[in-house]
Amino acid sequence: MENILELKNITKRFPGVVANDNISLDIKAGEIHALVGENGSGKSTLMNILYGLYNADEGEIYLRGEKTRITEPKQAIDHGIGMVFQHFMLVEPLTVFENVILGSEPQKRGFIDFKGAEREVARLSKEYGLKVETKSRVEDISVGQQQRLEILKALYRKAEILILDEPTAVLTPQETDELFQVMRNLKEQGTTIIFISHKIREVMEISDRVSVLRRGKLVGTKNTSATSRPELAEMMVGREVLLEVEKEKAQPGEKIFSVSDLEVRDQRGTKRVKGVSLEIHSGEILGIAGVEGNGQQEMVEAITGLLRTEKGKIYLDGKELQNLGAMQVKKKRIGYIPEDRHKRGLILDFNVADNMILGFHTEPPFVQRFFIRNEKAIKENAEKLVEEYDVRPPNIQQQVSTFSGGNQQKIIAAREFSRKPRFLICSQPTRGLDIGSIEFIHSQIIDQRDKGAGILLVSAELDEILSLSDRIAVMYEGRIVGEMPIEEADEKKLGSLMLGGEAGEDKGGDEVEAGTK
Amino acid sequence: MWDYLVYFVNATVLAAALRMATPLIFTSLGGIFAERSGVINIGLEGMMLIGAFTGMLTSYFTGQPWLGLIGALIAGALMGLVHAVAAVTYKVNQVVSGTAINIFAVGVTVFLLRWIFDVAGTSPSVSRVPVVTIPLVNRIPVIGQIIGTHNIMVYLALVLVVIVHIFLFKTVWGLRLRSVGEHPKAADTVGIDVFLTRYLAVITSGALAGLGGAYLSIAHLSRFGDQMTAGRGFIALAAMIFGKWTPFGALGASLLFGFANAVQMRLQELGIPSQFVQMVPYILTMIALAGFIGRATPPKAIGKPYKKE
Repeated sequence: MENILELKNITKRFPGVVANDNISLDIKAGEIHALVGENGSGKSTLMNILYGLYNADEGEIYLRGEKTRITEPKQAIDHGIGMVFQHFMLVEPLTVFENVILGSEPQKRGFIDFKGAEREVARLSKEYGLKVETKSRVEDISVGQQQRLEILKALYRKAEILILDEPTAVLTPQETDELFQVMRNLKEQGTTIIFISHKIREVMEISDRVSVLRRGKLVGTKNTSATSRPELAEMMVGREVLLEVEKEKAQPGEKIFSVSDLEVRDQRGTKRVKGVSLEIHSGEILGIAGVEGNGQQEMVEAITGLLRTEKGKIYLDGKELQNLGAMQVKKKRIGYIPEDRHKRGLILDFNVADNMILGFHTEPPFVQRFFIRNEKAIKENAEKLVEEYDVRPPNIQQQVSTFSGGNQQKIIAAREFSRKPRFLICSQPTRGLDIGSIEFIHSQIIDQRDKGAGILLVSAELDEILSLSDRIAVMYEGRIVGEMPIEEADEKKLGSLMLGGEAGEDKGGDEVEAGTK
Repeated sequence: MWDYLVYFVNATVLAAALRMATPLIFTSLGGIFAERSGVINIGLEGMMLIGAFTGMLTSYFTGQPWLGLIGALIAGALMGLVHAVAAVTYKVNQVVSGTAINIFAVGVTVFLLRWIFDVAGTSPSVSRVPVVTIPLVNRIPVIGQIIGTHNIMVYLALVLVVIVHIFLFKTVWGLRLRSVGEHPKAADTVGIDVFLTRYLAVITSGALAGLGGAYLSIAHLSRFGDQMTAGRGFIALAAMIFGKWTPFGALGASLLFGFANAVQMRLQELGIPSQFVQMVPYILTMIALAGFIGRATPPKAIGKPYKKE
């Protein structure tokens, strides 16, 4: 196969960082080429350069053998390059159909040729198996459909090279299977695909070749069939990585936490949790699987006292906990790693030391008489935790907003875990983190379990649920629709429950095997 | 009861309501252009005032009220350009930029009126665009009385509502304009020039506000007076919101506010202070914003300057 695209010596600098450092990459016509690397390794920057959103400081782009300058997305589109962004570029109040044609509208003297365009969109949708309701507004369709719409947009613009930036991050396993099917269809019809991901398993499954970036540099390009998961992980991180979480079998103790018949409304007044009952024992991890937005967040916020419990009871060690308020809940030795670390977990403008005492800032030893801060205790606490949890850089006076996501998460974990929690809630604890940080956070969670804490783990990542949990419950539309010990769980069973089906019911995508096990 | 109703709602009052609504229609259509592209235009009031002054000035020196309209349109467009430079290119807070334009407009018109005409308060009388009667329509009983005979600008405003509606919802440019106001980055990634779109939208916004102002000085009246817009730019803004950023919605709201204005005289005769009636548009707008009449959802990217990375 010949090269359809060659990037030569691309360098892009941002203030204080070299995002792409002399990267050269060849893409062959008709292949699925995976681009992997940790967060901040420069994958998205490189693709944004190719799509004309950024301009490279140095380097050249050769398309179909010819040197090409791309400084605007329009030029990329004209050269047959399409891009599906991680955060969709869709205009939500407009219809699906209007989004497809936007910027390349079929027209008759300025008026949009709705009929002609509708035919064309319907044809493409059929040809590539991209089912979307063309007349709905984008805000009313599912995330999976929105992604198909994005692909449709690119195909409508006659994309021959399609860039998919972390396309599976927002999808359920079933939707991911459907996406891979679409990618295979596209490949058969001659489309070249660049697939950005940091999930090695998916890369192994779908790609022909894979290029690894680390800290802005290209580490290497491999034929997928000639490499392995551990090898790719090592290339990404720069050292050997434990892909499987090492843990002993759980030794559950007495029941410490339970929820019965819980009902919660969100801030808009919509009922999001509709009668959930759970039990958690000390020394075990209960994983809540489910597509996001099925009430998990509201449930967690009711437990932590951020939302009102409308009905039902929450018990810790036999004492009622509902509607006590966040401050009181915190005092009961409940640790909480929130889903959104920027909004809930940290005060970004504060330094590390102050963030390390949030929630405990009114308690000794951090306050003295007359509500005066005990600076010495605050400093010692921070210094100890920074070392223990390997926060980098280890500067406790530095603003938290300047740390990487992984290190921010370590700061939260350090604060919550250091108070020896009896019960721990981890909501999407590794969202957006790189492999190294995920490994660290996971081992810390297991460590807390082994020290006897009961742990509620909420995650949209099935891999994470499957590798950490001792028991798994699936949440769908505000209810628990299934619960099983880890030994009986597999990806397919959970995936089907997550979409509201029965356990074991087949919802397509049968060629994919359960991954991590 | 019936007598009271007839006292407030009759052909004379309704015809007056339409006249009062006309400057609001022009200006609220202008507001729709700017805000649909994502730029707040609180400077409509000042743009109207500049339009009113320039219309009068052009009509005075040329004796041609039609040229006055063109002058007002250009002057309004230039004010729009100033706002666009500040808000789009230099990313100044859009409310601050608009407010600056309002303050500037009051000052410059007062100053120029004295400097050019050596008078305070009111300009000399100038010729104005004509009143026309629509044949046949004016013979229809009641309806003819209400819409049969008006200044030609009244009809122009009504026609513009239809044109702006078609522009926004049926044409390529309208679709692009709306997408820029909702999600500029998405528009950028499909090759739409966000900056150019916003410039054109804000300039058009100013031009329409200028026409709204000219209606006051060279159509409804035939002279310019200090601060003669008297808050109509803000009421037009309210009409735009009350009409949920759509041309026909803005038309309806303008007519309602025009009607409130027209009955105000009659209410005064009954001993109700006019200030109460003047509150009506603002109270209705607050009700609309609070979501009592369906949801009034502004364009998502409104007020946020677009930064290219």
